[in-house]
Amino acid sequence: MFPKGTKRKFSDSREEPVAGGEDVNQSSLAAVRMLSSYSLQRQSLLDMSLIKLQLCHMLVEPNLCRSVLIANTVRQIQEEMTQDGTWQIMTQALSAANAAAQCSADRLVATEVLCRQTEAAQGEQVPKPFPVVGSEGCPAKEVLEEEAAAAEVGMTMSTVSPQAPTSYLPGTFGMDPCWEEEETGEDDDDEEEEEDSEECGSGSEGEERERDSLVEDTRTAEQVFGTFEIKNPAPSPDPALEELFSDVDASYYDLDTVLTGMQSVPKMGPYDLLESLSSHGPSPLSSSTSCRSDLNELDHIMEIIVGS
Amino acid sequence: MGEDTESSKVNHSFLRDYVTEADVISTVEFNHTGDLLATGDKGGRVVVFQRETVVGHKPKGELDQVGETGESGEYNVYSTFQSHEPDFDYLKSLEIEEKINKIRWLPQQNAAHFLLSTNDKTIKLWKVSERDKQPEGYNLKDEEGRVKDISTVTSLQVPVLRPTDLMVEVRPRRVFSNGHTYHVNSISVNSDGETYLSADDLRINMWHLGITDRSFNIVDIKPANMEELTEVITAAEFHPHHCHLFVYSSSKGSLRLCDMRASALCDRHTKLFEEPEDPGSRSFFSEIVSSVSDVKFSHNGRYLLTRDYLTAKVWDLHMEKGPVETYQVHDYLRTKLCSLYENDCIFDKFECVWNSSDSVIMTGAYNSFFRMFDRETGRGVTLEAWRETSKPRAVLRTRRIYTGGKRRRGDVGVDSLDFTKKILHMAWHPEENIIAIASTNNLYIFQDRVSPDTQDPDLGSNTI
Repeated sequence: MFPKGTKRKFSDSREEPVAGGEDVNQSSLAAVRMLSSYSLQRQSLLDMSLIKLQLCHMLVEPNLCRSVLIANTVRQIQEEMTQDGTWQIMTQALSAANAAAQCSADRLVATEVLCRQTEAAQGEQVPKPFPVVGSEGCPAKEVLEEEAAAAEVGMTMSTVSPQAPTSYLPGTFGMDPCWEEEETGEDDDDEEEEEDSEECGSGSEGEERERDSLVEDTRTAEQVFGTFEIKNPAPSPDPALEELFSDVDASYYDLDTVLTGMQSVPKMGPYDLLESLSSHGPSPLSSSTSCRSDLNELDHIMEIIVGS
Repeated sequence: MGEDTESSKVNHSFLRDYVTEADVISTVEFNHTGDLLATGDKGGRVVVFQRETVVGHKPKGELDQVGETGESGEYNVYSTFQSHEPDFDYLKSLEIEEKINKIRWLPQQNAAHFLLSTNDKTIKLWKVSERDKQPEGYNLKDEEGRVKDISTVTSLQVPVLRPTDLMVEVRPRRVFSNGHTYHVNSISVNSDGETYLSADDLRINMWHLGITDRSFNIVDIKPANMEELTEVITAAEFHPHHCHLFVYSSSKGSLRLCDMRASALCDRHTKLFEEPEDPGSRSFFSEIVSSVSDVKFSHNGRYLLTRDYLTAKVWDLHMEKGPVETYQVHDYLRTKLCSLYENDCIFDKFECVWNSSDSVIMTGAYNSFFRMFDRETGRGVTLEAWRETSKPRAVLRTRRIYTGGKRRRGDVGVDSLDFTKKILHMAWHPEENIIAIASTNNLYIFQDRVSPDTQDPDLGSNTI
């Protein structure tokens, strides 16, 4: 076993039966390395696939064929990991983190749509914070190993840096240069880092943020991993809206929601948040429609500037 | 493309890319005689080229009288029109791209030409007609069209048609809308000349060319529970001769031949063509790589040609258990699948085409390369569609990818391949050895010219 406090990677869990300590010989070392590199590859493939599923160009409908192929790949990895037993470890870690997590109200606030989903999923009434934590919000060294493992998965799924402006409520959003800078930094970090989650971060605040992210990521994991089970949005409180959308093919939205994800894209954070709100199901936010045209214009400008 | 040098300090390349994004060609198709060639682009425009009828033009295989180099008719712009405009789905708050996904010509029945063009949601029937005559000599109107004073009319004349400058008129004749919830990937005109099919990710509809407000749903693979969705339709085509047969391919690499006489809803296939997976070569990318991106019936209707990410396969309609021929298009990418997955190139959809006699198949690859395979010998050749290396009327050289062994001059290493230069769309003339290759926003037309000295045909190029 590894001494307590040492960084332990997910893939290392597979090495336990093999790398005992005393009776390791050359061939089993090689086998161990092969196994762990395979696990590493598999893990990075899983992370990449999840990012791909969540990243979406919300202006145009995502390519269904591509989404389905990526989803199948994720399922395949999931099945394999289930057989290995690594899946259980990961989900246990996630649920442990979930239990330990708190949510704070002054986080980046999700809107009704996310609330509806969480209501259905977990029966909670409090609006959950949007996935927030980037690599800056890392736990301190004393974080438990399980959390670290969960955070690995969390890292790749979290998007926006906690240093970003706190409120994403429509109407208060804008092109905050501070937020954008954070994002580009965040982007690089996300791409460069593999499974190393114990970086900076200090103090209880960092830990708290980390826990929050784990809450989000748990839900994200459950949403995306599970069985792609789409939690039907809780019935809209507005019967008029219900009537309006009664003949809409809701099932397509659902797949949309999951496969394209509710999470924001690093580059397109606030824009996507609002866009996803209005495109996925009835969104009672009245100001979202007024913001939409601005959004489109801004998107357009952004695209020209960034050259995407 | 390629004309920007590094002379300016400011990097304008993103601007250039942005500007020409709309010019990226997204489909190429010859009509049934090969005299017309249509291209569709991302900006929703259709450009139709017409082959020059050069005096002395001889049918294939014979030398032209004009010159030693054999001057066959070239393709010049015949007409350009805006087929689709960007649209907006208000219900889902999503844009609908105007990119032309497919163009298919109808068999010609009169002097006018008809083609079907489609974007993600709407199919349109366009009539392309010529006007080269104008009536002149009206009794009541003068040359400018003003009404004459009757008292000046002293005799009657019969108006005659006089030739004028050629005008090409394009008019939309039918708009087939609201037929598809998902993105249309294929259209195919039936051999009966009256119907056509359109396929999206989950459904295939059959339309009558004259009726726009109704279509028959003939295939529906949408699961009741969208969570269970694991397979989508990637391409579909009618049989060239049997109006009751059509085939569709899936993202899992299977082909289904359906007979519309069997039932109204052809969810149950008549034949299922599937190659059993080799368990030894299974990887996480096996399924993605097996997804069929294009399917084409051979001209004789006996074979199917399919393209998946790494191979092109020929299937015999009478044998369902596997392809009769498999051609490796770019097997050297097999070890690079992870990076290709990361940059999304693994999802690129390459098309494939037959030649007129079904003896040669052709498909595209990266780095502006495309491949041709001779079915009789089994050998393949790599060619390049790139402005810098092919001057008009120059002979195409074959290229090689260096994968080990002795490296020859001109060999390209796998790591220096440009994955942004992909040849996805192409067409082969229905009767002659003329091919049209779309490379981003350029169209290359290559013609086969049999040189008088040797028997080997070589390809000359004509860049547009």
